[in-house]
Amino acid sequence: MTKPVDKHEFEDGHAFEDAGAGHATVKSYLVGFVLSVILTGVPFWLVMTHAAPAGILIPAIIAVGVVQIGVHLKCFLHMDRSASQQWNNAAFVFAAIIVGILIVGSLWIMYHLNMNMMPGMMPVE
Amino acid sequence: MTAIVKDREFAHADHSDAGKTPLGFWIYLMSDCVLFASIFAGFVVLRDNLNGGPAGRELFDLSFVAVETALLLVSSLTYGMAMIAANAGNLRTVFVWLALTFLCGFGFVSMEVHEFSKLIAEGAGPDRSGFLSAFFTLVGTHGLHVTSGLVWMGVMFVQLALRSLTAVNRTRLLLLSLFWHFLDIVWIGVFSIVYLMGAA
Repeated sequence: MTKPVDKHEFEDGHAFEDAGAGHATVKSYLVGFVLSVILTGVPFWLVMTHAAPAGILIPAIIAVGVVQIGVHLKCFLHMDRSASQQWNNAAFVFAAIIVGILIVGSLWIMYHLNMNMMPGMMPVE
Repeated sequence: MTAIVKDREFAHADHSDAGKTPLGFWIYLMSDCVLFASIFAGFVVLRDNLNGGPAGRELFDLSFVAVETALLLVSSLTYGMAMIAANAGNLRTVFVWLALTFLCGFGFVSMEVHEFSKLIAEGAGPDRSGFLSAFFTLVGTHGLHVTSGLVWMGVMFVQLALRSLTAVNRTRLLLLSLFWHFLDIVWIGVFSIVYLMGAA
């Protein structure tokens, strides 16, 4: 157990990767890192320099954030469409649906609640 | 005695059952996603409930948050390098990259603790308004996750030092990498929705 890894364990190790994080290469991490730096830098720059009008700022932050999440899933968590990943992907899709219902549903309900219950007392923007 | 050894081997074989362990951990991460989604939804609902207290744009220092973000992002890269080193069977390099990852994570948590104590000292603690309660809950839950990731990483150091890159330890490294990258993804939501939208 304490000795250097033998061949068999090596192969085992690779089997795990296929199940959880296949195709991990230096290149994929570097590409993910550079893209993330750009995708983080852009919204920070937009907000800190007030370079964009407020109307498109919020949609831009959301859009860039969603793209960056995609980059992280692909380059850092190594999600792909391979057969060995199909259960991971199924769990992911299920979670994404729940997350969508939760967030959109909460905002929808609470927005209408504010509208109906607090006339003239809408949150100050 | 033999029975015990056999039991251990059995446990070991069970552990290295390729495929199932990462999937189980992945399902945990997805459930954690749902936890964060609830807290995010709560935050967005409560963000305008200031109760006369300070709003985000008066409280947040975006360059401070940018450094926090950079630390987490760099730690994702260094953890990736640790995984590459582990796949190559190079234990010494794994230690170096893991140590760098730990330092970045520790820097992140220290900065967050500093931010929280500064806000509380300014009278903008979680009891000030609905917005601040939601802020401390969301950012604090993420911070606690990062802290537990650091504790796990500390345990990982000991396990690697004792047993080297065995199959079981490789699986553990892989699971911690999923956890760590997942927390970086949650942070994208935090800096976008809490800090950038709060200051926009």
